[in-house]
Amino acid sequence: MSRYSVFSILKNGLRGNQGWEKAWGTPQPKPSYDVIIIGGGGHGLATAYYLAKIHGITNVAVIEKGWLGGGNAGRNTTIVRSNYFQEGNTAFYEKSLQLWEGLSQELNYNVMFSQRGHLNLFFTPGQRDSQARQYNTMRLNGIDGQMLSRDEVQKFVPHLNYGSDARLEILGGFFQPRAGTARHDAVNWGYARAASKLGVDIIQNCEVTGFIEKAGEVIGVETSQGEILADKIGMAVAGHTSVLAEKAGLGDLPIESHKLQAFVSEPLKPLLDTVVVYGAGHGHFYISQSDKGGMVFGGNIDAYNSYAQKGNLPIYSDVASCAMNVMPSLGRVKLLRQWAGIMDMSMDGSPFICKTDRKGVYLNAGWCYGGFKATPASGWCFAHTIANDEPHEINRLLTLNRFKYGRHIDESGSGPVPNRH
Amino acid sequence: MLRIDCPFCGKRDYDEFTYEGDASVVYPAIDNHDEEAWYRAVFLRKNPRGPHLEYWYHAQGCRMWLKVERDTLTHEIGKIEPAHDGYVKMVKASGAKKS
Ligand SMILES: Cc1cc2nc3c(=O)[nH]c(=O)nc-3n(C[C@H](O)[C@H](O)[C@H](O)COP(=O)(O)OP(=O)(O)OC[C@H]3O[C@@H](n4cnc5c(N)ncnc54)[C@H](O)[C@@H]3O)c2cc1C
Ligand SMILES: [Zn+2]
Repeated sequence: MSRYSVFSILKNGLRGNQGWEKAWGTPQPKPSYDVIIIGGGGHGLATAYYLAKIHGITNVAVIEKGWLGGGNAGRNTTIVRSNYFQEGNTAFYEKSLQLWEGLSQELNYNVMFSQRGHLNLFFTPGQRDSQARQYNTMRLNGIDGQMLSRDEVQKFVPHLNYGSDARLEILGGFFQPRAGTARHDAVNWGYARAASKLGVDIIQNCEVTGFIEKAGEVIGVETSQGEILADKIGMAVAGHTSVLAEKAGLGDLPIESHKLQAFVSEPLKPLLDTVVVYGAGHGHFYISQSDKGGMVFGGNIDAYNSYAQKGNLPIYSDVASCAMNVMPSLGRVKLLRQWAGIMDMSMDGSPFICKTDRKGVYLNAGWCYGGFKATPASGWCFAHTIANDEPHEINRLLTLNRFKYGRHIDESGSGPVPNRH
Repeated sequence: MLRIDCPFCGKRDYDEFTYEGDASVVYPAIDNHDEEAWYRAVFLRKNPRGPHLEYWYHAQGCRMWLKVERDTLTHEIGKIEPAHDGYVKMVKASGAKKS
């Protein structure tokens, strides 16, 4: 596979763009692999890439039941940030942000990571204090952040509602300059291409339907394309974790599947060059503008267990009113598309990258609606955990059994209620 | 839009209700000191892809807790009962009048 460069664009352009190779192969599954990763979302693909790149394990298959990025990896609102508060999350998400900063070069694929910043608005003194506390924690952890006054916010994003009629009066904002957005499909394709180049087999349209056991140990998977054996098996199936875990004999998990909707408007001229969000007590809302001009936004989850990738109307009006609260200028903008994804909501809102009770079976799950930003570090840590059969320092606390010992990592402090995280 | 047929109020849009989670979970008795039993009840869930028994609280209506059978894949709603046995008996005895 050749590298993408200015020269390859020129060369292929002059030849009528007929010379581009397929970005990744379409191999038939081999009878066995050193490692099988189940799930061809961002996390599965990133794991395969880092297994090959960092740990030299290239006899790897990524097994995906549909197409790459057909799950949450291709459905998210692409916000990337590392403004976390709790130990277990802080170092992990900062590692991820650092990997994002070099990702396009690393993968030789433009993931369009745009560090346009992330502005969290606050409307009450209570919200301001809690965000100041978060900001202080970030500073102690060496992560960038700024507290902005109302005037500074107004200078930065002039077309929010600062009027006396504003339903929510903006007091200021908590800003992370290094945060931003990336192009989700490009991230999946970039990891797939780079992994494939290092010898990883990417097998699409292949569903894992069960696990093969011998003498009480898991030795492979049953799939819609036949049996495939492996020394180690990593699960990265996001919203479908419980379904697969049951088949693997892992029992019940601290996870519920819920759906989150997202919305994109018709394309507009440049309007918003940062990510604006607000939450806590006044609904939940986040918005950015894609490179094509569409306003990409979303809000709360639908709040009840669901495996249906379709949403319900009340969230439309909820999110639309959240938008009108802060950006009434969007009132006449038409909605272009809407969709939903199934998320693995964990009991404390934080993820799992860990070994399981079954030898050779590893788990990557519990991403809730914040797993896109985690993609690089998730793959990086999961690859480390699988290759060394023990976690890296960075994902040491992201275990399944943390609930047993009271070591929850509950950013929002809302307790073991998955739909409130 | 999901619509829930409340035994007390009749068919209502689901946004009159708040979702209160898996109703198949049985909590240990309050004086049970078995940590494993509490851990399982508080933190672990079956999370099925299919039929699910769940609590819905009719916050914007009669303010009763209901036990609802709903399929998590199709969103089809089956049997609906008051969450408390005493009310189940009462509703049955009254012939379940709905408005
Ligand atoms: C609407 C929406 C908005 C979001 N916004 C953000 C955001 O702004 N920022 C952010 O950080 N995160 C966001 N997220 C969360 C983020 O998208 C997810 O946490 C993340 O993508 C999950 O990891 P993944 O990419 O590996 O998952 P997925 O892409 O869902 O990958 C899992 C894959 O496993 C496959 N699979 C399942 N079962 C099997 C099986 N039996 N055999 C084989 N394959 C199987 C699925 O087909 C799927 O492709 C959002 C999510 C949604 C739905
Ligand atoms: Zn009622």
